[in-house]
Amino acid sequence: MSEFKQVYLDNNATCMVSPGVRDAMLPFFGELYGNPSSMHNFGGQVAVHVKAAREKVAALLNVSPDEIVFTSCGTESDNHAIRGVLEASPEKRHIVTTKVEHPAVLNVYRFLAKKKGYRVTELEVSKQGDLDLDQLREALTPDTAILSVMAANNETGTLFPIDQIGAIAREKGVIFHTDAVQAVGKIPLDLKKIQCDLLSLSGHKLHTPKGIGALYIRKGTRISPFMIGGHQENGRRAGTENVPYVVALGKACEEAMNDIFDENNRVRKLRDKLEQGLLSVIKQAHINGNPRWRLPNTTNIGFEAVEGEAILLHLSAAGIAASSGSACTSGSLEPSHVLMAMQTPFSYAHGSVRFSLSKFTTEEEIDYTLKVVPTVIQKLREMSPFYDPNK
Amino acid sequence: MWDYTKSVMDHFSNPRNVGKIEDANGVGEVGSLACGDALKLYLKIDPKSGKIEDARFQTFGCASAIASASALTEMVKGMSLEEAKKITNDDIARFLGGLPEQKMHCSVMGKEALEAAIANFRGEKVEEHQDAQVVCKCFWVDEEKIRHQIREHKLKTVEEVTHYTKAGGGCGGCIPDIKRILDEEAGRAAEPKESPAMTNLQRIKLVTSVIETKIAPTLRNDGGDIELIDVDGVDVYVKLRGACAGCPGSKATLHNIVQETLRAEVDRKITIIEVK
Repeated sequence: MSEFKQVYLDNNATCMVSPGVRDAMLPFFGELYGNPSSMHNFGGQVAVHVKAAREKVAALLNVSPDEIVFTSCGTESDNHAIRGVLEASPEKRHIVTTKVEHPAVLNVYRFLAKKKGYRVTELEVSKQGDLDLDQLREALTPDTAILSVMAANNETGTLFPIDQIGAIAREKGVIFHTDAVQAVGKIPLDLKKIQCDLLSLSGHKLHTPKGIGALYIRKGTRISPFMIGGHQENGRRAGTENVPYVVALGKACEEAMNDIFDENNRVRKLRDKLEQGLLSVIKQAHINGNPRWRLPNTTNIGFEAVEGEAILLHLSAAGIAASSGSACTSGSLEPSHVLMAMQTPFSYAHGSVRFSLSKFTTEEEIDYTLKVVPTVIQKLREMSPFYDPNK
Repeated sequence: MWDYTKSVMDHFSNPRNVGKIEDANGVGEVGSLACGDALKLYLKIDPKSGKIEDARFQTFGCASAIASASALTEMVKGMSLEEAKKITNDDIARFLGGLPEQKMHCSVMGKEALEAAIANFRGEKVEEHQDAQVVCKCFWVDEEKIRHQIREHKLKTVEEVTHYTKAGGGCGGCIPDIKRILDEEAGRAAEPKESPAMTNLQRIKLVTSVIETKIAPTLRNDGGDIELIDVDGVDVYVKLRGACAGCPGSKATLHNIVQETLRAEVDRKITIIEVK
């Protein structure tokens, strides 16, 4: 059945390491092993590359290099932003976030509410996954220490208007953190225009290997250091730099700057082709999330009367990798918190599949996927007690 | 990714006996769209011999739910109803070379669909959940099912209960209740079955007398009746008769009248088990 060995459409989970990134890293597993803090040439020649990497990350966001802190992953960036801000402003006891944040944000806040007594406002979203900005404005009070709103949702790709949200936060004097792990590199983010104080990003969603992230901290933001020790990262995140991966992130950001046009044109067209192709052939299927304000690479489709894990395993057998917000795939028993927050009907919440493309996705792969998915859905619907073809 | 056995993957990829039986005379349906899995089992039973001639299914669910349903139909075909009734969820899991612990509820669903189909064939009314006894409101799991699985599989933690029944796997609001039930069941298991003050014979006599003098008259007033089947330590097996047998309120009757009276009169640890 499989004319392709693998069709990888799960790029919101993680991406293939780009060959350019891999090549850029290799010398740092070889002769370039110095510690960038050292006062000799071994260190000095490495420090140059760390500095260049920092500049490339900063360039992608249009910020100053000394506003970039390298971390180990997106989750660390989120933890650093949130806990660092709260520690620096201990008198403030209120937090505002949304119900659809990634667990790296949401579970931090839920922990703080439970164990540290913070008041946490989790903003609701509409059925399309959008926020009500008036509600957001009202939620911010003089006691609010931090506002965390993601730039793009990892499951549906829905974009939040972080430019408008940043303006509201600024007006209210609240520190604004955005988890932009899914957005960086996929849509242009100019932080001269977007007034966020903190932004989290992750390397492996940008074609680096896993194990590197960054946190943007706007100059003047009150925040405590996350790890204490040496002077690295301006004392904000002590610990010897993970040099090969820092270099990888720099290279990945440089590539993203060059590829972002492709992402928003070729990749978007492929995504639309996949989505429209599936919806035209498969009846009783629905797009989850806001179809207009969305990442160019993501589509999340709910198929009625079938279950996500079964879909994924059949796809996997045909060489196609996707993911699902269904209960069974996550090991929990309820559909994802994002689909639940959007009040996605149970008739297709359990049968929701996310396809996420990347710059390495080809048209042939999409054509192949368009052939396979309808047969899988058909096969499962034939055995489903809930499927009514005449509905 | 789940660690499914080859057999699970085989029954998932090539499920046996998919579809309806138009002239089925035993149909059992469990689960729902909201729960994330459901199974409709069709049996064709020879009314004379009680032999299951054909079994088919429709299912909505994950790979292990599909595999469990497929396995179940393969197992019951050719069996007598008496043999089929003895199938446990562990038998289904074993047939498949095992299921991941978190997926055991899929085999429980198979067992329940089989029970429902046999009850349907026999014209017995399938019990409805009594709202008062529903512990997990997300997946609509009642206390009796939780207690049954705890005893059958010697479950010790809330997590294990969730794996077998799904209870507690949603909003988590019922976790304190599950803990309480676990504690009660642990207490039952830890304490000696017979309190030294009373021999089993004495207990049987006392239970018989309480049923005859205090419980049966109440039920007979409503056109029902009760029969004592067995007493095993603090487990009292009874059968409801007459109007009680098909009554949708029979669970409440068992719990509120029979069990509470026996606990008050004989032993506070008594549990009533209904024999069908």
